[in-house]
Amino acid sequence: MAIGIGGPSTGRATRGHDVVGMLLGASLPLLAVAAALLIGAVMLMLLNADPVRAYGALLEGAFGSTSGITQSLVKATPLLLVGLGICIAFRASVINIGAEGQIILGAVAATWFALEFRTMPGWFLIPGTIVMGFTAGAFWGFVPGILKARLGVNEILTTVMMNAIALQFMNFMIRGPLIDPAGVTAGQYLAQSEKLPEQVWLMRLVPQTLLHAGIFVALALAVVTYVFLWRTTIGYRIRAVGLNPDASRYAGIRVPVYQALSLTLAGGLAGVAGAVEVIGVQHRLLDGITSGYGFSGIVTALFGGLHPLGTIPASFVFGGLLVGADKMQRAVQVPSALIQAILGLIVLFVVGSQYWARRRAARRIDALATAAPTVGADEVAA
Amino acid sequence: MNESVLATVVAILAAAIRLATPYLYASIGEMFAQRSGVLNLGVDGIMLVGAFAAFYGTLMTGSLWVGVVVAVLAGLAMGMLMSVISVTLKAEQGISGIGLSLFGLGLSSLLFKTLVGTVKTVDGFRPIRVPVLSDVPYLGDIFFSQSLPVYVAFLLVPVSWYVLERTPWGLRVRAVGQNPAAADTLGVNVDLTRYLCVCLGAMLAGLAGASLSIALVNLFQENLTAGAGYIAVALVYFGGWRPVGILLGALLFSTVTAIQLRMQVLGIQIPSDFAVMLPYVLTIVALTFSANRARQPAALNQPFERGGA
Amino acid sequence: MKLRTSLMAAAALSLIVVACSNSATQAPATSQPASPSEAASTAPSTAPAESPSQAAKKFRVALIMPSATTDLAFSQSMYQALVAEQQKAGGEGNFEIKFTENMFNVPDAQAAIRDYASQGFDLVIAHGSQYGAGVEEIAKDFPAVSFAWGTDVNTFGLPNVYAYTAAAQEGGYVNGVMAALVTKSKKIGVTGPVEVGDAKTYIDGFTQGVAATDSSIKVSKTWTGSFSDVAAMTEAAKAHITAGADVLTGSSQSVVGSIGAAKDAGNVVWFGTQSDQVSLAPTLVVASQVYDWTVVLDDMIAKIQSGTLGGDTYTLQLKNGGLKIAYNSGYNLSADAKAAGDKAIADITSGAVTVSP
Repeated sequence: MAIGIGGPSTGRATRGHDVVGMLLGASLPLLAVAAALLIGAVMLMLLNADPVRAYGALLEGAFGSTSGITQSLVKATPLLLVGLGICIAFRASVINIGAEGQIILGAVAATWFALEFRTMPGWFLIPGTIVMGFTAGAFWGFVPGILKARLGVNEILTTVMMNAIALQFMNFMIRGPLIDPAGVTAGQYLAQSEKLPEQVWLMRLVPQTLLHAGIFVALALAVVTYVFLWRTTIGYRIRAVGLNPDASRYAGIRVPVYQALSLTLAGGLAGVAGAVEVIGVQHRLLDGITSGYGFSGIVTALFGGLHPLGTIPASFVFGGLLVGADKMQRAVQVPSALIQAILGLIVLFVVGSQYWARRRAARRIDALATAAPTVGADEVAA
Repeated sequence: MNESVLATVVAILAAAIRLATPYLYASIGEMFAQRSGVLNLGVDGIMLVGAFAAFYGTLMTGSLWVGVVVAVLAGLAMGMLMSVISVTLKAEQGISGIGLSLFGLGLSSLLFKTLVGTVKTVDGFRPIRVPVLSDVPYLGDIFFSQSLPVYVAFLLVPVSWYVLERTPWGLRVRAVGQNPAAADTLGVNVDLTRYLCVCLGAMLAGLAGASLSIALVNLFQENLTAGAGYIAVALVYFGGWRPVGILLGALLFSTVTAIQLRMQVLGIQIPSDFAVMLPYVLTIVALTFSANRARQPAALNQPFERGGA
Repeated sequence: MKLRTSLMAAAALSLIVVACSNSATQAPATSQPASPSEAASTAPSTAPAESPSQAAKKFRVALIMPSATTDLAFSQSMYQALVAEQQKAGGEGNFEIKFTENMFNVPDAQAAIRDYASQGFDLVIAHGSQYGAGVEEIAKDFPAVSFAWGTDVNTFGLPNVYAYTAAAQEGGYVNGVMAALVTKSKKIGVTGPVEVGDAKTYIDGFTQGVAATDSSIKVSKTWTGSFSDVAAMTEAAKAHITAGADVLTGSSQSVVGSIGAAKDAGNVVWFGTQSDQVSLAPTLVVASQVYDWTVVLDDMIAKIQSGTLGGDTYTLQLKNGGLKIAYNSGYNLSADAKAAGDKAIADITSGAVTVSP
């Protein structure tokens, strides 16, 4: 199972050459977004809304003010964390659609830890909750990983099922062991946990906004992921498994082990996203904690070329898109469903547009291949 | 064993058959797509669009058949969209599917809001008691007192098996999913075959949605499927890309769902959240411990490019 | 790798383009009639809301809610109340409503609350208990804007926050009393989503009402684990019906499935809550507990217009008319049951009966 995008088959790096080509390649996704927005504009007009005003609001809402930019960054944080995990998994040719469940597990574990050790100081609690989130998410990724490695159970099946299981587990926790005692005494029985102790809250970076220090955690992990994938032996093997499982097997790499490992790490990063949402944004565990980041994180990683560093700007753009879309809904008062539909189209068109990018790349490889017919192992290291 | 226990068992099994229906349509459709090498994760979105189309067609005309036709056409349109993106443009299939799901969810909710506005019910397919057979004790109530879409769904199992395993077209589909390059050199039109399979799958997913909105619950609401499309994809893996395997998976899942709902009715004391978890857990466990695990189509999730790969 | 670089460049470039086009589209937009609603509206927000000319000015309300305006349940109940207030005030010219629905994501809801507040709305209603933390934070930043949120009873000690809640158990009790008299099989089925919030308090009240009337009746409950899974609700209801239940009730937007199952069975009746659910099964809905938020809104709006921006807590009760039992004229309810229902309402109103949540 080769993954098409940024594809292993696309070949050698040319590193900075051919600026024109790069710009051309870069403009393709933008054209795709424009095409999707154009269809959206028709839909807007059918709903008697002014598309110019709507899209103006989208841009303004996402990037046009402090509150817009910070909100986009708040969304970029979990998207980046989930996306990093997706990068690792996709590199090993594993599809992780279990991030929703992994986020939940991470969030539940982080909440439990912070409440259980509520008297401890922040310098202990904050790293502790993040590590707990990582561990719980990693466990939720390890299960499908080991089932795939040892028994050949397909990861799509297990991750879909485990998303549902995680959701019910959280339902149980927030109406049982972790339910807010204040809600019980008030007779409200709200599906949420107690508020976490203040020393575990991540620092807010800009007053009057939700922007929190979790963004640095995500950025640091992006660099770590990059170094891990490109500068360590394990990372090299993960990528080798994804590029060519048969050759890897010949080379003595235990393919299933590395696929299981990549799922585990992907789960861990999603778990960190859950933990950071709890201690950075919500300050408690409540229903709907994932906000669909488990799925939009996959799209983010793709937008970022399945590269940890590319996922950084991609997460900001995609986060901005989500924030701007909400603003647009408020400005022209169209049903939020329209925005989902447009976002869906954007995803479809952007993935589709990469066809032309790949064609160009393929032509270049042909040219290169005739010039230098030997493609060695340095391709993997590039 | 007394009468009331037997009656409960009959009720559970009848419910299981009923609940398995949408999964059967959607999973068998997805099986065709996957056997030809296309992973379509957009089933949930297609089901939603199909469910709305069937509901709206029926609401407007009063005819269930119009509803069915509109649902199939809506499925076809979604299938064409998926095909263009994933076959012609060779996009990463998993992500295309997620985009399609999002689009379907948005589109169906939007159409519902603008065209219908509030929750309404329609008169859906009624149970048909098959003459003679429905009078067989117990079995009659379980198998032969269901609505028409249920019977059709179960008929799809042998039919799809025959088409896939015993017809020349089925052979081509399997060849394309196993080794598209080889199929191509033998003169099989890989892209066309994949288009047909994805569209057939999408039409069946449209029917799956219709079986929800005009047979099982007889209404439409935003996100009516509540993720059933993803379960349907998972069941294809469970079934090892074979209709009978899918049938067993769908029945296992729906039977456990029916049991857990009745466990709660009977007042069996476990937290409801764990009861709801049961079908998901048991599906994983069942596959983990079953020795019979088929290998997936070799070219699944691989876009085909002539001369490439 | 070539392609990956180009994709990364794409992401980076799109940032730049977006930033540029942003400033480009913004310049004309401010001079067009498109955004005066925002530009102009920030001005009145800085003016004190308690100015005497307030009554002549348009009253502007923003509503943020977790599900759709058409959910036949929690969100719809508030949206309809606002529409009713709008009609009372004389239409859109005097009373503006803007809403944002399906805000299950709390940070998104907070962004919406802040955005509406900064646009100078007179009243921002955060219609979901999960939005509380956001209201507490944002209300401090906008002292001239009035906020209302629920369901809860906490105004955070802020002078510009109202809180509201519904004593769902009261109507649940009344429904339960009538249900106990309507059932012939002595079996009642309850279909709920997740055992929390007013789904739980309604059903607890219902159970108490049944038990107080006839303790031999068996009430069995199912929880589907989802607020939106209609198919599971349908099947849960069918499970109750095959087990012999002839009266059903339940809560959440997915109960439309249960009502459909009751309709298919033909001889099973339904008790509703949150909104009047008669439209779904005109002959089978016995009665619905209806949330009438206008009771809260009337008082709240009057106070805001006279300069009091918050500080009070409202509870919808049978006593204050915020909870109503809507009997369905299309269902032939026996005189005894109706009388018992009315008596339960009277008892709760007078305090002779208290229903614990």
